[in-house]
Amino acid sequence: MLARLFDGAARLVPGEAARLLPQARIGGPMPWVIAIMVALTVISAAAALALDNVAENARAEIAGGITVQVVEGAPGERARQTQAALAVLEADPRVTEVRQVPQEELSQLLEPWLGAGTLEDEALATPSLIDAQLDNEVTAPVLRDLRAKLEPIAPAAQVDAQANWLGPVFDAMRSLKLLALGLVALLALTAAAAVWLAARTALGSNGDTIEVIHHLGGTDGQIAAIFQRSVGIDAFIGGIAGLLLGLAAVMLLGAQFAALGSGLVAGGGLSLGDWGLLLAVPLIALVLAMITARATVLAALRRKL
Amino acid sequence: MGTGAGSIVEFDNVGLRYGTDREVLSDVSFTLYPGSFYFLTGASGAGKTSMLKLLYCAQRPSRGVVRMFGNDMITLPRHRLPDVRRRIGVVFQDFRLVPHLSAFDNIALPLRIAGMSEREITKPVADMLEWVGLDHRADAHPATLSGGEQQRVAIARAVIARPEILVADEPTGNVDPEMAVKLLRLFEALNRLGTTVVVATHDVHLLRKVPDSLIMRLDKGRLSDPTGALRYPPRREREAN
Ligand SMILES: Nc1ncnc2c1ncn2[C@@H]1O[C@H](COP(=O)(O)OP(=O)(O)OP(=O)(O)O)[C@@H](O)[C@H]1O
Ligand SMILES: [Mg+2]
Repeated sequence: MLARLFDGAARLVPGEAARLLPQARIGGPMPWVIAIMVALTVISAAAALALDNVAENARAEIAGGITVQVVEGAPGERARQTQAALAVLEADPRVTEVRQVPQEELSQLLEPWLGAGTLEDEALATPSLIDAQLDNEVTAPVLRDLRAKLEPIAPAAQVDAQANWLGPVFDAMRSLKLLALGLVALLALTAAAAVWLAARTALGSNGDTIEVIHHLGGTDGQIAAIFQRSVGIDAFIGGIAGLLLGLAAVMLLGAQFAALGSGLVAGGGLSLGDWGLLLAVPLIALVLAMITARATVLAALRRKL
Repeated sequence: MGTGAGSIVEFDNVGLRYGTDREVLSDVSFTLYPGSFYFLTGASGAGKTSMLKLLYCAQRPSRGVVRMFGNDMITLPRHRLPDVRRRIGVVFQDFRLVPHLSAFDNIALPLRIAGMSEREITKPVADMLEWVGLDHRADAHPATLSGGEQQRVAIARAVIARPEILVADEPTGNVDPEMAVKLLRLFEALNRLGTTVVVATHDVHLLRKVPDSLIMRLDKGRLSDPTGALRYPPRREREAN
């Protein structure tokens, strides 16, 4: 594909197509513009992919999860209802895993909010917590059914799907991901616009040469190929530079997030396929730049005789 | 008007105006036959360059009919122009050399556009450089060449691809009489190989240097023909019949 794009130019002035239009390239800002675009696109795309992975991992983890809280002030009654609820859940064929969250874990969870040692204080009633894993997704009918089963034996039990708890978090992550994808689209558009402008400028400043090539029987395709090749070289150089810059930023950010050690962010690593996609960004930019250059030149030449 | 048989260019009642100005060419009718040598003369501003522009497809006529190699040049679609142009060699009055290409590369341009490989190009271009006496200036860029040298590069570029028609606008305007004659000999040699030559000039001395030539004269955009070139088929064709 790329070889074919270069072919037309190579045939016109073998190996030296750029010599026909030196001003179109040397010292121009094109490689810089492309480098910045590619770097920003790599970072945005990496963010979108990482968010996607975080959401996917978290979703898979909590998809079948339910939480039962026994909200009962009297410690004795609370313990009894908790045991009863545990028994019911263990007996249920849909439930694959049940676990009462130990007091120490709860106090660790609440410590930042309530202060150390508060849970030993009997005066402060905290609910007991049961985590259960179902073999399937937690749907509304399943929840209703479980509530009905628990109601008679543990009236203080409140059953919730874990997915519901994290709903707003998922919404926020989806918005962020859409934002990142929108950025990628905008960057592509801006890069194309930059190439369009550069090609128009080069067309203007090489008008005489183009006219001569026309008069000597050169085709629009041959002239477009010269520009395409020139833009292609710029995009190649800029793309490599931008990719390196972008990857460096992504790796740095990745290392910093990993250092946070948060369970949620840990799922945000990039897969091999994701890295492949990031590596493809400069390639896509190259093709986009060359197609834009070609279309711009051909459109402008159509107005000449 | 010619029947079209055997002709390569036909103008019928052609008019040309730039924008909304008055016509710079009016009622121009003639036929060019293959293998002939034409001079186009006329005072400065008479319309010589304008007529040649029609011949090398840099302009479409405002009215009338222009046929080249059997193509109607008014209706011919754009994408078919390159094929017609490759059959025409042009020496522009202002040379139009590509400034950032060397003399060698300028001369090689038509061959490269035609898709020839570097291997096929080197020898003919070197020969052509030698012919116009510029073999020692092959790597020079136009800006470093004298007016006459630039003109010779322009001529070499026009003839290198062996066009069927050579259109030359004042091709000897910048060279000494000796070189002018030498260049005319080059045109004649090309003409003997079958190329139709049209040379625009206001140098009347030049006309006498090519004995077999036919003369068209432009006067304020209208054509007259002192040698009868336009009313009768050219001499060589008459002799053949
Ligand atoms: N691009 C143009 N736009 C408007 N008018 C033009 C243009 N080119 C030529 N003309 C006018 O057309 C007329 C013929 O010009 P042309 O260049 O054909 O003359 P010429 O015979 O080649 O003259 P010279 O011997 O000086 O080269 C002139 O009056 C000129 O001003
Ligand atoms: Mg002129």
